[in-house]
Amino acid sequence: MSDPCCEAESPIRVVLAKLGLDGHDRGLKVVARTLRDAGMEVIYLGLRQSTDSIVAACEQEDADVIGLSMHNAGHLTLVPRMVQAVDQAGLDVPVVIGGIVPAHDVPTLIEFGAAAVIGPGASAEEVVSAVEAAVARPTAAR
Amino acid sequence: MVESLSGIPLDSFYGDELRPGEYPYTRGLYSTGYRSKLWTMRMFAGFGTATDTNGRFHALLRAGGTGLSTAFDMPTLMGRDSDHEWAIGEVGRAGVAVDTLADMEDLFAGIELDKVTTSMTINGPAAICMAMYIAVAEKSGVGRGDLGGTIQNDILKEYQAQKEYIFPPRPSVRLVTDLIRFTAAEMPRWHPVSISGYHIREAGSTAAQELAFTLANGFAYVEAAVAAGLDVDDFAPRLSFFFNAHSDFFEEIGKYRAARRIWATWMKNRYGATNPKSLMCRFHTQTAGVSLTAQQPENNIARVAIQALSAVLGGTQSLHTDSYDEALALPTEKAARIALRTQQIVAHETGAASVVDPLGGAPFVEWMTDEMERRAGEIFDHIDQLGHGSMLEGVYAGIEDGYFVGEIADAAYRFEREVNAGRRIIVGVNEFTEGDDEEANLLSIGHDTEELQLKRLAKVRNDRDGDAVNTALAALSTAAEQPDVNLMPPIIDAVRTYATEGEIVAALETVFGTYIETAVV
Repeated sequence: MSDPCCEAESPIRVVLAKLGLDGHDRGLKVVARTLRDAGMEVIYLGLRQSTDSIVAACEQEDADVIGLSMHNAGHLTLVPRMVQAVDQAGLDVPVVIGGIVPAHDVPTLIEFGAAAVIGPGASAEEVVSAVEAAVARPTAAR
Repeated sequence: MVESLSGIPLDSFYGDELRPGEYPYTRGLYSTGYRSKLWTMRMFAGFGTATDTNGRFHALLRAGGTGLSTAFDMPTLMGRDSDHEWAIGEVGRAGVAVDTLADMEDLFAGIELDKVTTSMTINGPAAICMAMYIAVAEKSGVGRGDLGGTIQNDILKEYQAQKEYIFPPRPSVRLVTDLIRFTAAEMPRWHPVSISGYHIREAGSTAAQELAFTLANGFAYVEAAVAAGLDVDDFAPRLSFFFNAHSDFFEEIGKYRAARRIWATWMKNRYGATNPKSLMCRFHTQTAGVSLTAQQPENNIARVAIQALSAVLGGTQSLHTDSYDEALALPTEKAARIALRTQQIVAHETGAASVVDPLGGAPFVEWMTDEMERRAGEIFDHIDQLGHGSMLEGVYAGIEDGYFVGEIADAAYRFEREVNAGRRIIVGVNEFTEGDDEEANLLSIGHDTEELQLKRLAKVRNDRDGDAVNTALAALSTAAEQPDVNLMPPIIDAVRTYATEGEIVAALETVFGTYIETAVV
């Protein structure tokens, strides 16, 4: 249980989604369980989400961070759209990218406004700490 | 006379108790194995516009190939046109974009379709692509009966693993059985469904789950086709399978041997097939994309070679070897060539093709084969119970209640935790990590393809007879409302009017609805 007196120690609330047509959801499901086991509240939207549906979920669920999984080489097109949609909605929610992103595209995605890019082979600890760093606080253990 | 490298004469197989080529085919479908016919080295290709891929096809045919294998882009696989809002950034990227018959005409321009065999890897809109292929052939004077090839058309595994579905399961299986009925009657050289475990394994299943879910889906299609009025021996000889070659060498070999034995015994005992060809589990194999690492990618060449060898020792009919750079991007030409060369080395240098089922009779291999069969049997029992004695209903129930996706996600998470804890070593990832500082040379596809394809699609929409399109689509919706009508003829009529894939899908969606997965972690 989190301590209700102390906002900073409440669990990090993370929205996880696949944007567009890409159906590779193995990695995102593993990340969902990894973050949940680390004590975060995971709102798993799953497949075929749009920037609008992800923004709506963030508003509804009072999310702290968005995790997007990309496997179809669409990251250079889709990541800026996602970041823009979050900004336009006036939300202060960082976007963390995971999946298959070639190393030379990582600086471009950071320039586009992604908070972090987690590559293939990242350990559970690396995934958790990248999300914690994005929201600039540790999650409370359940 | 086949000899070893040192000149020792070799029989085509060894051991007398159980022979290859005899029921239940555990040791192989044919007594002569690869001596009479080497496996087909069928490499998957597709990119950009239809014209781009057509150029690649002609190059392959000039190089002596006789089989084409088509990869479609994501919007095409999902039944959406290139100008659909979700297609942005995806057009022509992971395969070729096909919106209308005009694209299919360009894709196969100048190719004699009665002289080649074509494999089309598509599922949700399989009936539409099949209709386009038939229409292209008939325009060039080749009858549908002379067409040879395979269409994947395995929708059940989409709900379980690959997630490229459009309609809900039951109407989707109707489309599969309509295509099975249509080809059984009119296209004797066509394989109407390739029942695929590959994607189940890639999504995270164990070897035994891959084996069991795949064969259960096969039994489900058999029951659906029989329920549609076909005799099992009318279509079962045209069914084929597609398995994954993962890294645990003996487990994989046990899996292939068990697959042949299970299929033969079930087809004979449960479904009453009598044609020996109905009992034979013929399969294509692809090495495990998911086993490739982004770290030190050249190490993947070794992984692929060992996986390919397991598929050959397991008796595969055809093989695709992955390229070492595929954990990072679509393969470069050089990486794809090394992958093909790997198969050629296995075929021509190792002697693995000289003797059928060379590992048969080894205590561990026979035990692993039995163990795979036993574990698959437990899963069949569960699915059969879910369906109250029907494998088809059991598979539907397992899709509806999240059984398949849950089992696969559990296995995937278990594996990741083992890697994370260091209980499993992945070379270059969680052990032996020094040396991962070289940047690989990767293939990237620009935006010109998307713009070009959007212009082509706009032109087709503008030039066609709009009334004819609307009439054909309305007729298709009407046919879809009648469960006994085979939908292939009205789909062929619709593609001939240059109706787009997305329009045909929409005409069916008004009747069938759209499938939305319940998101479960």
